[in-house]
Amino acid sequence: MESVTTPASDAGTAAGSRSRLRSILISQEFILLMIILIAVIFISIRNPRFLTANNLLTQAQLMIEVGLMALPMTYIIITGGIDLSVSSIFGLSAIVLGFVWYDLGDQGATFPLELAIPIGLLVGALCGFINGAFIVRLGVPPLIMTLATLALYRGVALGVSQARSARGFPEWFFQIGTGDTFGIPNQLFIFIIAAIIFGIVLARTVFGRWIYAVGNNETGARFSGIPVGRVKLIIYTLSGLMAGLAAWIFTSRISTTRSDMGTGLELDVIAAVVLGGTSIFGGSGSILGTVLGLILIQVLKNGLSLAGMRGDATIVVIGIILILAVLVNSLVDRYVRNR
Amino acid sequence: MTAVTQATPRSAVRSNRLSGLISQELVLIFAIIALAVVTQISNPRFLTGNNPRDVLNNASYIAIAAIGMSMVIISGNIDISVGSLIGVLVTLSGTIAKASEGSSIPVDVWIVAAYIAPPIFGALIGLFIGTLVAYLRIPAIVVTLGMLSILKGGLIIVTGGAWIYNLPPQFNLAQQRILEVPIPVWVMVIGTILAFIGLRYTSFGRAIYAVGGNREAARLSGINDRRVILLVFVMNGFIVGIMSALFATQFNAIQSTVPPGIELQIITASVVGGVSILGGIGTVFGSTLAAIFVQMIQSSMQFLRISDYWIQAVQGLLILMTVLADLYRRRRTMRRG
Repeated sequence: MESVTTPASDAGTAAGSRSRLRSILISQEFILLMIILIAVIFISIRNPRFLTANNLLTQAQLMIEVGLMALPMTYIIITGGIDLSVSSIFGLSAIVLGFVWYDLGDQGATFPLELAIPIGLLVGALCGFINGAFIVRLGVPPLIMTLATLALYRGVALGVSQARSARGFPEWFFQIGTGDTFGIPNQLFIFIIAAIIFGIVLARTVFGRWIYAVGNNETGARFSGIPVGRVKLIIYTLSGLMAGLAAWIFTSRISTTRSDMGTGLELDVIAAVVLGGTSIFGGSGSILGTVLGLILIQVLKNGLSLAGMRGDATIVVIGIILILAVLVNSLVDRYVRNR
Repeated sequence: MTAVTQATPRSAVRSNRLSGLISQELVLIFAIIALAVVTQISNPRFLTGNNPRDVLNNASYIAIAAIGMSMVIISGNIDISVGSLIGVLVTLSGTIAKASEGSSIPVDVWIVAAYIAPPIFGALIGLFIGTLVAYLRIPAIVVTLGMLSILKGGLIIVTGGAWIYNLPPQFNLAQQRILEVPIPVWVMVIGTILAFIGLRYTSFGRAIYAVGGNREAARLSGINDRRVILLVFVMNGFIVGIMSALFATQFNAIQSTVPPGIELQIITASVVGGVSILGGIGTVFGSTLAAIFVQMIQSSMQFLRISDYWIQAVQGLLILMTVLADLYRRRRTMRRG
């Protein structure tokens, strides 16, 4: 329960501020920030193309879809759960968006795309709600429930699309995925706003405290009157909704939908969250950490590809960094606790 | 829990026996029979010819790997890197077999090496994962998520995902049959029986359940919990190696990439087979039956002429229903005490 009680009592004293400084220095967020800085310096010395506005904005654009799904995933992992089905919800939402528009129209005239988009988002939220309802009402472990729906939702996407792809969207549809405002990609605004909201809700609201409490001690949380079931239902639904949003942006960015879209993306999402210092056992973690985890992964991917390495080399490096980051964190943690 | 303490010893024993009978294994056997009957009625060719053998043969690869996975999950851990490991080991096996071309060493020596190398290399990878999990205390899901990337990326860097063609004709372990039964099916059956006996009747097997059920209690009762977890990962790597040697010899060509989604199929087999993701509960009979059940669903769909595109959705739905049946049964037996 440490992270639930705030260390406000000794904040004023000199010893308090020193220990606070120390806790900042050993936090996963700080370690990540240092690794990112070292990587950025190293890459920009070797390749001047890296630190250009153009390159950085393109890179930001590429990480938005995974980023949007990583925000609610942080909540879910903090409660001690997991959602493996996000990539399938992502695929299904994109397919629904594409084929409601493509197939439901009368004889040549297409169904209004303005309506197909919210239907896609709604289906995403519904998928997440189904996950949450089974997990809460029937007590299915999250790993098992979302493993089953990983297969189920992808299967429905395949069935609905019959392995066809929808394309030929109108021009305005590409605004969200490829357009920019004041030179900054549109989806970056969406992500920044979403990250700030998710961050504030987690760190500064009662709902955020509930999330930590559920992850630290679910029985204790229940006995202290926290609506554990409702908290879980909300965050799994949110996970589905954000996967739907990511699917909309992705469809707009690559201008087509296919049922195998986003296969395996759940591991990228979870990697970013875990790299960001959220404990896989629940109870601790932060949105800032997740955002830093996302940035680190993208910086490494970009740096390695600028250095002429193939995309496959970058996933090796990400794997090593993931293990090392958690290892260093747990070693530092043990060292501090022993002192 | 009060029901347990209040029940008289005799009725407790009886209901224990009852809950043992209505196990997930029995649910699966019932499901397999029901599915076979329904499919057979609507398409009488389902249980004829080569189909039953093909279903078992296709299920055997997942079932063999699920033996190792079940042990890992029973010990309270998970391994999501097996798919990547299979890709690496299959390629390793094929590359060794291919090296026999133009070599002065007899082909048979190369072939034997191609069969032995995957289990050994798999066990070494398991040793590495197990060390990180057991001794450096990094959660298994994090370690194996990292290993998934490392092995997958490493494989594609080295091979570029190329095919290995024209393998020597002797490199055909999975295509051979003994008494008309394919070798992979034999390995599945014998492996399941051996693992079942090992888990239930050896002290090491009991230790795996103990560590998965309550690690602290196991440690306090004198079990070397770290060594148990280390050995479980080593054995898992070894078993995945055996599966890979078979997987490599299915056809006369190998694509040196990671078979997509195979780790989820393996975990699904364990979980649908009644292995609790929380650790401490489950049998390898369950996971083998589940692998056969999942394969049979796919075959039935084809015989029932359900569109290929809907097969995966139906499969997902049936998996979900089986899991719910397991959950319902477990809760009912718990309430009965």
